Amino acid sequence: MSELLLVEGLTKHFGGVTANDGISFDVREGEIIGIIGPNGAGKSTLFDLLTGFQTPDSGSVLLDGHDVTGLRPDRIARMGVGRTFQKLKPFPDLTLVENVMVGALAHTSHVHEARDKALEAIAFVDLLEKRHSFARELSTGQRKRLEMARALATDPRLLLMDEVTGGVDQKTIPGLIELVLALRDKGITILTIEHNMKVMMDVSSRILALQFGKRIAFGKPEKVRNDPHVVDAYLGRADAA
Amino acid sequence: MSSDVIIQAIVSGLLMGLVYALVAVGLSLIFGLMEIVNFAHGEFLMLSMFFSFWLWALLGMDPLLSLPIVVLALAVLGFATHYGVIRHVLNAPMLAQICATFGLAIAIRSGAQFLWTPDFRSVQDPLVAGRLEIAGIFIGQPQLVAGLVCFAAFIALWLFVTRTETGLALQATAQDRQAAAVMGIPTDRMFALGWAIGLGCVGVAGAMLSSFYFVFPDVGINFALLAFVAVALGGFGSILGSLVAGVAIGLVESLGGVLISPSYKLLIVFSLYFAVVLVRPMGLFGRY
Repeated sequence: MSELLLVEGLTKHFGGVTANDGISFDVREGEIIGIIGPNGAGKSTLFDLLTGFQTPDSGSVLLDGHDVTGLRPDRIARMGVGRTFQKLKPFPDLTLVENVMVGALAHTSHVHEARDKALEAIAFVDLLEKRHSFARELSTGQRKRLEMARALATDPRLLLMDEVTGGVDQKTIPGLIELVLALRDKGITILTIEHNMKVMMDVSSRILALQFGKRIAFGKPEKVRNDPHVVDAYLGRADAA
Repeated sequence: MSSDVIIQAIVSGLLMGLVYALVAVGLSLIFGLMEIVNFAHGEFLMLSMFFSFWLWALLGMDPLLSLPIVVLALAVLGFATHYGVIRHVLNAPMLAQICATFGLAIAIRSGAQFLWTPDFRSVQDPLVAGRLEIAGIFIGQPQLVAGLVCFAAFIALWLFVTRTETGLALQATAQDRQAAAVMGIPTDRMFALGWAIGLGCVGVAGAMLSSFYFVFPDVGINFALLAFVAVALGGFGSILGSLVAGVAIGLVESLGGVLISPSYKLLIVFSLYFAVVLVRPMGLFGRY
């Protein structure tokens, strides 16, 4: 298996706070990597650094061997890195088809081609009957599906997903997880931030655990789960609660 | 009072309203895209009128013929404004953004007074002049052409934003710039494009105004004020709202002038504005 993403010594300070402190890890093609850590551990900052929304103070990000450190977000997106947000960001006043077309236009400048591609992605996330609705009319679960369709339309090789199962009811979760697995089966490598530990243990091939901006563990789920640092930092407290 | 006078007022109000609408839509587009209020909007209108005037005075080009040059010049100025000023205050506190465009307004207006003196100038013998009489109604030909050209520009803008991929990218950027960036849209370039289009609209309006309106450094102030009212009335960021509100302001101003008194026409416009925002604070077509 080859490395799709190689992160080395990624560091970011905000004033006196070190949000990411020398984080290193690798992602192999076809993997689902789960990122865990208490609030403020630096998970979202890591996503911002990987997608170009923040520039690291030091360290490097290699995508398929190419240095993408500090590139603009749209450049990184066009190189095949997609992202969904924890705080969902649909284009509220566009229809579903238009929302997803915006993503498809990253790779084609023909509107009809983009529309076909958009419809395909919308069908994939099972929202076809809603295709002419405005994004603002959707439920949270549907919005999450829309974000996935939009990301899918940009043809990502690597998809960063922030809290897929957050903020939806229990009944909605299995469908969303299925969708994540289906995306992986389509050949998309996935990096996901998740608070639902059961989900994380079930779907991840490896888990990266962060605390106070530092990597405290990285490896197979069962290994990370039993890592004393992780138990102390995160699971220990969760178990006691 | 005869019905002719009323119809006359409606026609002139409508034509002037189309010019107001085009000035307003530029302002609205820029605000909708990046939430920055362009306080220098009126000054850019003044500049476009002066461009048009000087092309006539120095090169003998009629404002109607030099229209493409003026529009292009204003679009370039839009790019320059974005990359030279706006880009640097994009993530700055709102007060810094206000000061940036307000300072730009003062600099441009003072610069115009310095270079060209506060004198009133006008284009003599424009290509389109005089007036038409249709069934007892007089229509100024320059006003007619101005209204029609501005309306055509409006339609072109509407088609561009709603029917093209770049238009879709603009809409996406306006609705969520982070999500747009993740979709591979170079948002900074979209902002620059927004400024170019916004000032291009002002260029069309200014060029058309210059054939029947006095050109002087303070000329933009009143237009900008009406444009602000139109944008607030129509709903910030709404293209259709700018059209409806611009035309409504033109009509109210003109009808108010005839039915009540010309000296109260702005008072009537602002009263209308107050009445609307009391009922719909986000404007006629605004949401949130």
